This record gives sequence, C-alpha cells and structure tokens, in this order.
Amino acid sequence: MYDVNYHRASSVEEAASLMSRAEDGKFVAGGQTLIPTMKQRLAAPSDLIDLRHIASMKGIRVEGGKVTIGAATTHAEVAGSADIARVCPGICSLASHIGDPAVRHMGTIGGSIANNDPAADYPAAMMALGADIVTNKRTIAADDFFAGLFETALEDGEIITSVSFSAPVKCAYAKFANPASRYAMAGVFVARFDDGSVRVGVTGAGSDGVFRHKGMEDALTSDWNAGALDGVSVDEGMMLSDIHGDAAYRANLVKVMAKRAVAAAG
Amino acid sequence: MTTVNMTVNGRKVSGEVSDRTLLSQFLRENLNLTGTHVGCDTSQCGACVVHVDGKAIKSCTTLAAQMDGTSVTTIEGLANGADLHPVQAAFREHHGLQCGFCTPGMIMTAVDMIERAKASGRKLDEKTIRAELEGNICRCTGYHNIVRAIEAAAAAMA
Amino acid sequence: MGMEGIGARVKRKEDQRFITGKGRYTDDFKMAGMHFAAFVRSPHAHARIKGIDKSAAEAMPGVVGVLDGKQLTGDGIGNIICGWMIHSKDGSPMNMGAWSALATEYVRYVGDAAAVVIADTEENARAAAGAVDVDYEVLPAIVDPAATLNAGAPQVHDNAPGNLIYDWEVGTDVKTVDEALANSVHVTEMEIRNNRLIPNAIEPRAALANYDMADDHFTLYTTSQNPHVARLVLSAFYQVAPEHKLRVIAPDVGGGFGSKIFIYPEEIVCLWASKRTGVPVKWTAERTESFLADAHGRDHVTKAWIGFDADNKITGFKIDTIANLGAYMSLFSSSVPTYLYAILMSGQYDIANVHCNVRAVYTNTAPVDAYRGAGRPEATYVVERIMETAARELGVDPAELRRKNFVRSFPHQTPLILCYDAGDYDATLDAALKAADYAGFPARRAEAEKRGKKRGIGLSCYIEACGLAPSAAVGSLGAGVGLWESAEVRVNPVGTVEVLTGAHSHGQGHETTFSQLIAERFGLPTDNVSIVHGDTDKVQFGMGTYGSRSGAVGMSAVVKALDKVEGKARKIAAHLMEADEADIVIENGEVKVAGTDKKLGWHEVCLAAYTAHNLPEGMEPGLKETSFYDPTNFTFPAGSYVCEVEVDPETGVTEVVQFVAADDFGRIINPMIVEGQVHGGVTQGIGQALLEHGIYTEDGQLVTASYMDYAMPRADNVPSYKLSTHETLCPSNPLGVKGCGEAGAIGSPPAVINAITDAIGNNNLSMPATPARVWAAMNG
Repeated sequence: MYDVNYHRASSVEEAASLMSRAEDGKFVAGGQTLIPTMKQRLAAPSDLIDLRHIASMKGIRVEGGKVTIGAATTHAEVAGSADIARVCPGICSLASHIGDPAVRHMGTIGGSIANNDPAADYPAAMMALGADIVTNKRTIAADDFFAGLFETALEDGEIITSVSFSAPVKCAYAKFANPASRYAMAGVFVARFDDGSVRVGVTGAGSDGVFRHKGMEDALTSDWNAGALDGVSVDEGMMLSDIHGDAAYRANLVKVMAKRAVAAAG
Repeated sequence: MTTVNMTVNGRKVSGEVSDRTLLSQFLRENLNLTGTHVGCDTSQCGACVVHVDGKAIKSCTTLAAQMDGTSVTTIEGLANGADLHPVQAAFREHHGLQCGFCTPGMIMTAVDMIERAKASGRKLDEKTIRAELEGNICRCTGYHNIVRAIEAAAAAMA
Repeated sequence: MGMEGIGARVKRKEDQRFITGKGRYTDDFKMAGMHFAAFVRSPHAHARIKGIDKSAAEAMPGVVGVLDGKQLTGDGIGNIICGWMIHSKDGSPMNMGAWSALATEYVRYVGDAAAVVIADTEENARAAAGAVDVDYEVLPAIVDPAATLNAGAPQVHDNAPGNLIYDWEVGTDVKTVDEALANSVHVTEMEIRNNRLIPNAIEPRAALANYDMADDHFTLYTTSQNPHVARLVLSAFYQVAPEHKLRVIAPDVGGGFGSKIFIYPEEIVCLWASKRTGVPVKWTAERTESFLADAHGRDHVTKAWIGFDADNKITGFKIDTIANLGAYMSLFSSSVPTYLYAILMSGQYDIANVHCNVRAVYTNTAPVDAYRGAGRPEATYVVERIMETAARELGVDPAELRRKNFVRSFPHQTPLILCYDAGDYDATLDAALKAADYAGFPARRAEAEKRGKKRGIGLSCYIEACGLAPSAAVGSLGAGVGLWESAEVRVNPVGTVEVLTGAHSHGQGHETTFSQLIAERFGLPTDNVSIVHGDTDKVQFGMGTYGSRSGAVGMSAVVKALDKVEGKARKIAAHLMEADEADIVIENGEVKVAGTDKKLGWHEVCLAAYTAHNLPEGMEPGLKETSFYDPTNFTFPAGSYVCEVEVDPETGVTEVVQFVAADDFGRIINPMIVEGQVHGGVTQGIGQALLEHGIYTEDGQLVTASYMDYAMPRADNVPSYKLSTHETLCPSNPLGVKGCGEAGAIGSPPAVINAITDAIGNNNLSMPATPARVWAAMNG
C-alpha cells in the first residue's frame, strides 16, 4: 500500500471540508473494497476520510412503509434489523449474503452503492426498489444514480448520507455466487409494489453493470408468477463473459435467479 | 504518522504508526501478537480475523487508525489464563486443525458465529456452520473436523 | 496397545500452541537490523532483458541494494537444478534449460524474477521494486502443452528443440499393446485433460536469511518441507554457502502439499543478498506472488485406449501423455509424470499389456512440480475415468468391471516396474459400496428426480506408490538423492526421550504420532517425549516430508533406533538385576524380570546408563542411538471411493451429497490424524474436480492470480465424509504402515467426475466441472 493520510470525520460537513482540502482524497467507510484495492496498489489516494464515525449517517428508520438506512450502516445491521424485516425482508436477506460475516461487520450500504462494483448486491436492490440515494447535496433516484462499471452520478466530494425507499408489497433477492470470489455472477432483485407494478434489478451479469430488465418487469406486472418469465428472453449481448461463465450461461442465470426470486418473494 | 490507542486483549496499548498500517500489521509488528496471520491479499482467507468491540472483522482489511479507540481481542487473548476458551478446547478435542495457520482466524470466526447464534436464539446446524465459514479458508482439514469442533463448542457454550 | 500407543486416538501435542496463537512460522521471526526483499517480476510471459535501470530505485528511501541476475551469477551462484535425470527412449538425456534465481538474459513466465530490492521496510522495498526499470523486448509466448510441440511454436529454451524436455516410455512393448488392443472385443478411447492446479498452502512462502560476518556463517528460516535437502541443494548446487556454514530452520510451516519441497529463487536470493548487503533479509510472499511463483501442479493432456475381451477382462492399455512442466524444470519435476505417474497405470488391475509414453514440455508458464499426490492423481484419473467409461460402454456395472480385473495375488509384478506387495481390493470396494448403500442408489436417484435434481454416482478404485523411496531403486531410475530417513533417539538420564527426525511436520502431527511409538515401546506417557525436527543444526540429516513418507520411512527409522536403545537398556537392566537379558520386559515405564518381582523404574535404568557406575563389561556410557532407514520397496496404499452428487439442471451446480472413502493404509498409528489426512486430501480432490483451475491467457498472463478468480474449496463446497479403513500390513517396513497423506487427493477426482457424468448423461466433461461447464454439457 502506498502512503496515505487518514482523517476521521465527525460530521458530514467536516468530511466534505476534509475532502475539499485533499489532493486526491477518497471517502472510506467499511473499507472492505477500498483497502484491498489499495493493498494491491491499484488505488493510491492521498487522503482517506473516514465516514464511519458520523452519527447522522448511521441507523435505520422505518416509518410506515418508508425505510431509511443511514449510509454508514453495516450489512450486518441491515441483515439483523427487525424493523426492516417487518416491511421489507428481502433487503435483510440480501444483506445477510454479502461477503462473509466479518465483511458484513465492516462493510456499509453507502460504501457498496458509491463503489458500484458490477458484482455488488445492493445496486440491484436499489434499482428494483426505486430507492432514493440521498447525498449531502441532493437526492438522486437509483435509476439515475448507477452509471456503468464503478461509475455513479456522484460528483467530486459528494457524500451519500442515506438511502430510502418505500417498502414494496413483495420482494426477494436471488444470487448466484461466483465460485471463486463469491461475488454475484448473477443477482436479481424483484419487487412488486402496491399498484401492481414490478421492478427487476440485475447485478453481476451485465457487461455495463447493474440494470433493470424491462421485459421481466412487464411480464411480472401482468402475471406475478415465476412461470411468467419463461417466455422472456435475456439478451446475451448485454452479458459479461469470462472464465467463470460465458454470456449464454450468464443470461440463463439471470432468468433462473429471477424466477427463484419471484418464487421466494411468494 | 498517527498515534493509535486501543485496548488489546484487555491491555491498553498505544502506538505511533504510519496511516497506511493495517490492523494486522499493528498487531503482528508493533505488539508482537503474531498469532494473527495473513494468508491473502483479497480479504478472503480469514486467517487474520480478530474481534473488534466484540465483532469478528478481517484485520488485514482494516487500518489500525480506523480502529483507534476500540477494544480488540486476538487469539492470544481468548483463553482465560490457562483455561482454554471452549472453542479452542473443541478444536483440539476434535482435531479441527492441522498446520495451524488458518486456525486463529477459524477460532475467532467460530466464537463470533456461536455468540451471534446464541444472541439471536438460532441453533447452529451443519449447513449454517458451513455457510458462516465462507470467509475462512482451510487447506488442510477439509473442514470436516472444524465443523465437528464448532458443533461441539456451540453445545458446550449453550 | 497402551492408552497412547500405536492405534490410539491421542490428541495432538502440538495443538496447544496453535490454538493459543503461539505457533511460530517463518514470518513471525524478526532479527535486529532486518531488511526486506521485494522482487521485480516479469509482467511478460517471454521477453529478453535489454537492460535494467536501477538508478531511480536506488535513490528511494530505505533502499540498501538493487540486485540483478548478472550480479548473482557474477558472485558464482549456480543455476537451479532438477534433481532427477530422465532419459528419452532414444537414450538421450533430458533437455534442461538454465534457470537462474534472478534472470540474466531472458524471462520465461509472468512472475519470473528479474531483480530484487532490499530496503528497510516491506513498503519501501515494494515501492522501490516498482521503480526498477527493466527494458524488455517482448517475445512470442506459448502456454498450451499440446501446441508447444507444434512446428513454429515459440522456443522457451534454446537447448530444448521443439520445447521437448524428454520423450519417455515405460511398460510392455508398444507393438504388443497395439496388437492386444486390435484383438480386443471392445476398445474404449478417451482424451483426458488434467487441470493445472495452484497449491495454495494458506501460509505463503517466506524466507529470513542472515549472514553473520563474525562466524562467516549463514542462517535461513524458511517455509520448507525438507530443510536438510534445502541446505544440501543450496550448498552443493547453488554455491550459496558450504553446508557446514549454513543452518536451515523450517519452524512451524503452514501447510506444504508439495509446494514447499522445492528450493526456490527467493531463498537463494535472500541468502546471497544478506551477505552482499550486510543485513538480515526477509521476504514473505503476497498471495498473488504465491499464485505466480509457487510451483504449480498437474497440467496433463492424455490420450488413452483400453481393450477388453469377451469376458470383460482387460487385454491392453495404452496411454500417451503430454506433461506441461512450465518454463523451468523444478527440483523433482521430471520424476512426477514418469516415476510417480506412468508406473501407476496398472491401477488395481491385473493387466498383462500396458504401455505409457510421456512427453514433457516447456511452456511460458510457472514451473510445474509435485503437488499433493504428484503424478498419482493424474494416473488415477486416467485409469478410473476410462474404467468407468468402459463400463458404461460395455453396459456392465462399474463395480463389477473393476472386480473382474482386480489383482488378487501378491506380490504382483506389473508391466510398469512396480511390484505390489500386499492389498485386498475387494475388501475396500465392498466396504465402500456398503457404506454408500450402492444398492439403494436407484431409489435415491428417483427421489432426486422428483425434486428436479439429477443424481449420479461414481466410483474410483485407486492405488498409489508412496513411502518414497528405496534409494538404490530410485538411483537407478535417475534420482540425484537417496530417499532414506534418519532418526536419533536420545534418552535422557531422567528417562525422558528426545527423538530427532529428518521428517518435517507441517500439519501432519508428527509430534504426536512419533511420540506414540515411544509410548508403545516403553510405556512412557507421550508428554515425556519431545520430537525435534526442522533444524539442520539439531538433526544431523534427513530427507523431509513428502510422498506420504513420514510414516513408512521416517517412523521406520525411529523404530530401528528404538530397537538399538531397547537392546542397550535391556543389557543394562539385566546386568543391574542379575537376570538373563531374554527375561527383561519393558512396559508401563518399568523394566521387569519376567517371572520374578524384580523390577527397576525406566528412569533408574536410564540414570544407570549415564552414571556408568555399574555397566556391563566394556559397555559405553549413555543411551542414545541413531539409525538411517532405507526402505526396500515402495508402499502401496489403495482403496475405493464412492461419490454421489446432485446436479441442479438450471444452473449446473453440483452438490456432493455423499462421499465415502474406504482406504487401506496398512497399520494406523493414530486414526484421528489419519482421518484428518483423508478429509483434507479428499477436499483437495473435490477442489480439483469442481473448482480449481490455473488459467493462463494465450499470451501467458495468469488469469487466476488471486482468490477472486481461483476457486478454493470452502466449507460449503464439501460434505462431511464417511470413512473407513481396512488394514493389510505392508510387509516391507517394521510397522507395516503404508502412508495416508496423499490418498484422498489421488482417489477422489475421478469419483466426482464419474458421478457428475453419470448424473447428466454426458461423459464429455473436463475438470474442473464448474457450474458453467456442467450447464453447457447439459444444454450443448
């Protein structure tokens, strides 16, 4: 790892100010992706601004069907939240399968979303839930937030402070883990809302990162049933291809995971 | 450089380290607690697992500076004097280790796993134990006896 | 059997330090003034070094040396050798290309070291290594073991034309085998690939070297399975230091699996650099360096033909293999696809005509050498895949086809050098089938079908040759060393015992099992015994641990030394108690005269040996004996494995739902430890079958250079295992032991693949059977 200056911010404002003074700074929360990247000398920020100790970025609020999760909330906290489980168990289940138990104790929802790893789990849920990504400057709809591999709508120095969404009537996430890394090779989050509409977020498989699958959404909106997906095609041209599976295989996985998610959502 | 203060295995410690120092390096090099091992660069093998404020984390994926002000328990601090922790005793009793390199991380992960299960009232069955060991790689034991050891320790700690 | 004697499930003595974090591995050691080495590794699979500009690196903070291959060879450090000479069938010696610990003119694989930086901290060394500017002229590379033999393929070494290291054969005359095949009622033909594996002991390799100018003496702490061999090779071949000026210590070692047998460039360079820079030098591999620069395993391409008569008896078996040895010939690499592979092709079967041809080749990939099983897993995979396939083609039960052809009388001379000494293959197959409820399989398959799962069952009946090895025999086959083992038993005046052994424990539990031999012999508690190993200053000489040899060879040496100790103790006791030596009985820590109430404590006899006040006429004082044991034959563990899988047809995921192993390891010293060895070996075999694959791109980049892409078996990839053992004693060593360290990795891969191909009804499936491959095989 290259040398770096570590700063611990105690407020969002302080974090923003520290970042503005840094030459080439990066925010760090759990650090579960950033620190391995720095260890491999693939990232060399001049400064790290730690967001884990900012009280206003922590915690979970559920008011009626509205769920708000502080960006510095860990995967373990989301997985174990009885409040969220009451209204949106799918997101708890997703969080409980990110990484491993030790990673879940450190990794945060904000970090995962800001990094937008094409194989990360949360982006699929954010897309499917139609979540709002709240920053220190604005609120960004998930559809507008994720912009391809490791790219987001975040501007320099912008900090995700929380995410919020209205709990769907039904939702579930099904993940097919890469046999080596255990990241998603195909992860599909399906959500059905009280107006009968369905949103489907797909991670891990797309060559351009997380995406929504319109064909599946239409099919499931008209018939909320795993079988409704039989006739839907997944475009192989959009799929990643690597040593772990070619595009045809990934396209198959997307469909199978979608069907399993629908079945799990009930 | 930065000064970090922690409680490690019940003892207050302080150290002057460069900001890039990993918790695993701080433990191994500054504190000479070499029971915490490093087996990979990508946060997957789990040989480095320690407890911070009672939760298992990967010390090779955490900066020492991030952990300033915390309480850390390493494998060296698990036993109560000469009395082994039930998980340590179970690993020996059930031959849950061979070369010993992954063992500290395995034991720290197992303690965390059992305590979480207890706190949530879940019973640890074999399937759950195997799933919870996702972040710990052992090349020697084939996991069979590690699973037996954790089952036995969970029963002993119930 | 006493409480802690042979056959007892004694808990391990070594565990206390490991479970409390007090194990001491190479990276745990520190020395005053210690500096760190970082290697400048080639990013190209094949290139000529036009020049190295070190100036920027030399100016960086903390740097005390930037050293290259020309300086290394200029200081007289010799090339890395392969210690086993193979002659091609035309009589010519193998073509060994030069391998310098730091490249001098060419780099030949990604990771090949071109220079090293020594600096005050690990980070400074790594940063400076990044600043060494090597000017490479990139050359075409070749990675595929079959394509490397094609005309026009890039040449890896000038002195290996066509990239051929040797073209070697063994067995029955090939014409005779061809005739037998031609006259067969049925011939099964297969093309079989054995996937490249990367060993991945969880402790990365490390070295800490110090040159002490005052004594003109070197010390090396290293992650070695055989510190004495390391010292010998470092001294005799690499001229790092004369043997008496070099101490090699292999402390606690975090797994080896073969990969820590070899003496690597990094150890040579750390020793040399310590003298050259005047500071102790430590190097610890990052995991990605382990992937790049540890010796890999397997990587064979094979064609095989097996013939049967009308009665389903095997008529002939012909095997043609290309073995990829990578860019350089590692220490034992030449022997792995020959004397550890080809000579096992008879399997458990009585086959009159077997011929195996092996071409070993160079490619621009990491060197390939022994990895758990070394050659024998590759052989077993060929034999047991083709037997299962033949059974399907012949329409007979795979178990019956095997039984039809089993060797049943011993000794059995195969056409492939080996003479099997003892075994009972029916017994292990019967035990495995019973434990697996083979008869109940169709019902289980039908039940799985209802759940939408494809269930399959597969067998593997393996044999291996281990207990390496009779020195004269291996010498006649080209080995550069003898493969005996030494032991020294020191009985202290108070009766406690120290056993010094040349075997090395890196997970095998020698401190426990070797102690059990003393417990058995003298009735002493194992706590009164210390096992000393892993330090060339303490143990005189030894060949180390690999090839499942610690029991069969290492323990045999201990037994021989114990015979001598016991003989002397009996003489002393007989003298002290005025009894006939033949009447002396040693048990439970006491030395008695049979048929009388005369007795002495063991410690009293030991003390008498050292006070020497009253010893038999002419006897030297003391109670310490040494033995060098050289085996008279290989040992032949064998067994049967049954794997049952369920495949998810939607995703291609294979779940191993049951795995049964029935092994014959000869006498078992500690069943708990033996079971642990089988668990670990089978898991590595399942890893090979389902998950692990070292993959290079066509231009020689290693794609699987971390755990992000190289799939290691994790706890949820494997089931709990059902094990049993059946003992036929090995007649060639005093304990009757055969060895158990590699069997699991040898026997399991074909059982898994046989089960999957049975489940999916498509036999065209290569290892690793990843979900994507299985799905493609089902949807092809």
